[in-house]
Amino acid sequence: MGQTKLLRIEDFKNPNFKELVENKNKLVHTFGALAELGHEVASRSNFQETIRTSLHLVLGSLGIMRGGVARYSRFEHELNMLAVRGLGDFFPLSLELCYEDERQFLTNGLHPIEISQASVLPFFQVYDRTFENTKLELFVPLVISDEAVGALFLGEKASGEPYTNYDREVICAMGRHIGSAIAQRNLLSEIERRSDENRKLYDDLKMTYADTVKAFAAAIDCKDKYTEGHSVRVGKYSEIIGNELGWDADKIEGAAVAGYLHDVGKLTVERKIINAPYRINAKESAELNKHPAVGFEILSPIHHPYTDVPLAAKYHHERLDGHGYPDGLYDRQIPYIAKVVNLADSFDAMTTDRPYRRRRPAADVFDDLQRNAGKQFAPEIVAAFFRGILKELNGEVKDKKFRKLLGREYMEADGLAVSLRTSLNSMTPTSSLTRIKAA
Amino acid sequence: MNTEAVSLSPAGVKTAVVYADDYLNKLTGEKIERECRQRLDEGCTELIVDFSRTEIVNSIGVSILLGVIDSAANAGAKVVFSEVNENTAELFDMLGVSRHAKIVGQ
Ligand SMILES: [Fe+2]
Ligand SMILES: [Fe+2]
Repeated sequence: MGQTKLLRIEDFKNPNFKELVENKNKLVHTFGALAELGHEVASRSNFQETIRTSLHLVLGSLGIMRGGVARYSRFEHELNMLAVRGLGDFFPLSLELCYEDERQFLTNGLHPIEISQASVLPFFQVYDRTFENTKLELFVPLVISDEAVGALFLGEKASGEPYTNYDREVICAMGRHIGSAIAQRNLLSEIERRSDENRKLYDDLKMTYADTVKAFAAAIDCKDKYTEGHSVRVGKYSEIIGNELGWDADKIEGAAVAGYLHDVGKLTVERKIINAPYRINAKESAELNKHPAVGFEILSPIHHPYTDVPLAAKYHHERLDGHGYPDGLYDRQIPYIAKVVNLADSFDAMTTDRPYRRRRPAADVFDDLQRNAGKQFAPEIVAAFFRGILKELNGEVKDKKFRKLLGREYMEADGLAVSLRTSLNSMTPTSSLTRIKAA
Repeated sequence: MNTEAVSLSPAGVKTAVVYADDYLNKLTGEKIERECRQRLDEGCTELIVDFSRTEIVNSIGVSILLGVIDSAANAGAKVVFSEVNENTAELFDMLGVSRHAKIVGQ
């Protein structure tokens, strides 16, 4: 504030001492208001309250009878009143600006404009009567970093005196604080809006991805007329297992996708091998066994929202005991998601008819899974799968997925729930690797 | 803040006393303004704001008091600031508040 004077010793000998003392008090009062305003703006408390407090501080620091603070909307070319005092009920909530007004305000910068002397601008012509009726004297465009963010409207001083240069300096300083508060708020809203937009974009992308995955699954299943719907079912079983393992929503979705796409490599295997109505020979088998590696090659270049989808395809035929393919990995060398898909895949193979054999009874299948826990399958994954099935058999879930996929009579065979519970209780939650060693 | 019962003096002037206390200097001080407006709506013709328990008045306080003055002027009522200490009286003088309200010292 260039206009303000600091007191020096010689000032006290000055005959105008009273005036100086008064000046000093004035300084203390306005500095107090400025300090408080700075504190208020920096406090990042409720924006509305900050603005209301700011208006009080401006009016109270100079003894101004009435006024208002507005925020400028660049898109609507409107000044929207955020806080008003003493302007009556008829003062508009928002005031329109035209390009010329905005341009002039930007040129003017953050300096008070005498309303009575600004009638050349359309803004002051349009609102001429409003400003007169409310006894407004000053208009201050809040220009921050060459951008109009708002405005101050100020009425007459309680003293009845005109605004001094000192007053104008104080108003500018306070206006900068209030303008910054508004600019800060705008920035925050912009960030919120963008993150909202991003979220929507991300959701859209995820949906597109999910559609693509389903289309792929349909294409894979289409190729194998005997195992129609295999990929979709493996996806659903993997999802159930993920859920029982207590995974979060994203990871469960990832498990479903891994299931949907695990056999994507079969797209390149000859149709006659896949559809062979007999047990295929060694050469054909070698050809078919390439599908995990091919699947990995197809899936790796794609960016998946869930990790491990390509790995699930590559290792879904590995076994805990190292007797699987393509790499003969052991237990912990196998990615966890691949173990989940492996169980879901095997379960579906056992519970659907194949060209050369009928599906096996449910009790038989569960027995098989339990016996192979620790050999082919990870025991805790088998246990999780059993828990999921039991919940449905006990009526603890509304959506009866197994019944829908396998048929009512298949899933409601006598004693199935009892034998499942017995299996579950007999399974020790030890690490699969120690089991293999023990065996 | 508490408000004394509105008393009717012999002259027919309806007076209400409102205590400024120290709420005045924060946003919560707006409730003093509301209280005054309510008294004015009830037909009070003289508002006395008592500063006996108010040590200091800051800018927010001044703004709120100017709001009280404005409301009273619109309602045609008189405003008295009573028990005002010397510093506050000086401030009121300096800012022109004293032109609109009768200031009574301690
Ligand atoms: Fe496979
Ligand atoms: Fe499969």
